[in-house]
Amino acid sequence: MEKLLELLEQDCNMPLSALAAAAGVSEEEARSAVKKYEDDRTILGYQAIVDWDRVRGENVTALIEVNVTPQSIDGFDRIAERIYQYDEVESMYLMSGSFDLTVIISGRTLREVARFVSERLSTIQGVTGTATHFILKKYKEKHLVFRPQDPEEREYIFV
Amino acid sequence: MNYDSILNEKIQNIRPSGIRKFFDILEEMTDAISLGIGEPDFVTPWHIRDAGIYSLERGHTKYTSNAGMLQLRREISAYLSRRFDLQYDYASQILVTVGGSEAIDLALRVLVNPGDEVIVPTPSFVCYGPLAEMAGGVPRYVELKAENQFRLTPEELSAAITDKTKVLVLPFPSNPTGGTMERKDLEAIAQVLKDTGIMVISDEIYAELTYGRRHVSLANLTDMYERTIVVNGFSKSHAMTGWRMGYVCAPEPIVAAMTKLHQFGIMSAPTTSQYAAVEAMRGGDGDIEHMREEYDRRRRYLVENLNRIGLQCFEPKGAFYVFPDIRSTGLTSEAFCERFLLEEKVAVIPGSAFGPGGEGFVRACYAASMRDIAEAVARMDNFLTNLRRKQGREG
Repeated sequence: MEKLLELLEQDCNMPLSALAAAAGVSEEEARSAVKKYEDDRTILGYQAIVDWDRVRGENVTALIEVNVTPQSIDGFDRIAERIYQYDEVESMYLMSGSFDLTVIISGRTLREVARFVSERLSTIQGVTGTATHFILKKYKEKHLVFRPQDPEEREYIFV
Repeated sequence: MNYDSILNEKIQNIRPSGIRKFFDILEEMTDAISLGIGEPDFVTPWHIRDAGIYSLERGHTKYTSNAGMLQLRREISAYLSRRFDLQYDYASQILVTVGGSEAIDLALRVLVNPGDEVIVPTPSFVCYGPLAEMAGGVPRYVELKAENQFRLTPEELSAAITDKTKVLVLPFPSNPTGGTMERKDLEAIAQVLKDTGIMVISDEIYAELTYGRRHVSLANLTDMYERTIVVNGFSKSHAMTGWRMGYVCAPEPIVAAMTKLHQFGIMSAPTTSQYAAVEAMRGGDGDIEHMREEYDRRRRYLVENLNRIGLQCFEPKGAFYVFPDIRSTGLTSEAFCERFLLEEKVAVIPGSAFGPGGEGFVRACYAASMRDIAEAVARMDNFLTNLRRKQGREG
């Protein structure tokens, strides 16, 4: 059933019949497996990947390196939760290396992002430092390239 | 000027394919789905494209040796040994050509004397007959049967052989049927051939696309090696159709003759493409597996669903085509395809376009996205339901 997950990760819009055939299981098996994955949160959700630059004039994404003082009982998890509970936080990871957390946030304006860092993030107890990197251009996300399809103009040929 | 008196008779007698009109309709349509073109829907893997680009950056823009770059022939030799257990000497038994098509043309032209017969099993890709004719030969079509999964049987072959037979074309895995020949099938063919002087052009362009069993070449049979010309290429295995990269392997005197013709007509295959092909041979085995797995998913889906909606479809074990039987609709394959295209905006190809034996079938290519395939099946279901309703009213 791992195949189902791979297929859904590629295209979660695939009709169930196509999904089942591609994974080599019956439609009923596919349906119940997907249900189970959704229930136990193996599948967290389904989202479209949007090129917002094509819609809005300005759209800002920032990657923030965060250093924190881990707490004795919960380690990083407690403080991480206090950060990721904010809706502005799009993704967040615990890192190895020279800083502790990567926080990715997106906002409509630079000011919005800056305010989140200075007013919300930096003031959380245990946060000892931040470094904010603004993303200048998105090239690729989740295997998808941010580029309109080249128009393909050619005659059909018989092969 | 009367060009009919200028153009040679052979080319005038070759009729253009009737498929053109479908494509003309298709090009005018919006949201049409094409399962008509027999071409991978994948873009050439990046590392292969990059190797081509890099060769240009380095300034490799000149001719290569006539037979193709030595390092490419070395790689092809290693690849054939690794993947198909075929042994060919890179220095004398391999010629790099402009697609498999050039290789087929060369092979026919170096073998055929005027009046020689060329056995062409059909339904099959459309080039063999016309190329045989242009080479001065006489194509002799052998109709393959759906009940044999479109394999060539020894009985069919024996019945087609005359004292003028010079060449047998063996196009497996098959475009358009998806049929394959397994070792035992080839052994039966070998029994018929062994006491004849017939040479075999084995078009193995789909060799990497078999599902379940590895492809076996006629040249894998010890006593057939000396009479087999293996044609292969990069188009289907590595999604490289536009690079025009093919090759042919055969006993040395045959390759020497083909190289002679190639050096006059072509000079050398495109240099950029040869560099890309070297990379395809060195690092492309994983790409092949990945693409084959994708095709296999689509194949299983399409076969299962065509059968479900009432189009009988034998399970093709190779290439990327299904060849469903449409005789139950009472339509000719051409009428079926035309109506399906006009009513449901899906293009498939009439079996009749692939020669004798193709009538009553249509070819659908599943080298298309799963979404398009699923949508095409839904439209086919709709088409068949409407057709039956109309026929019910009329009958």
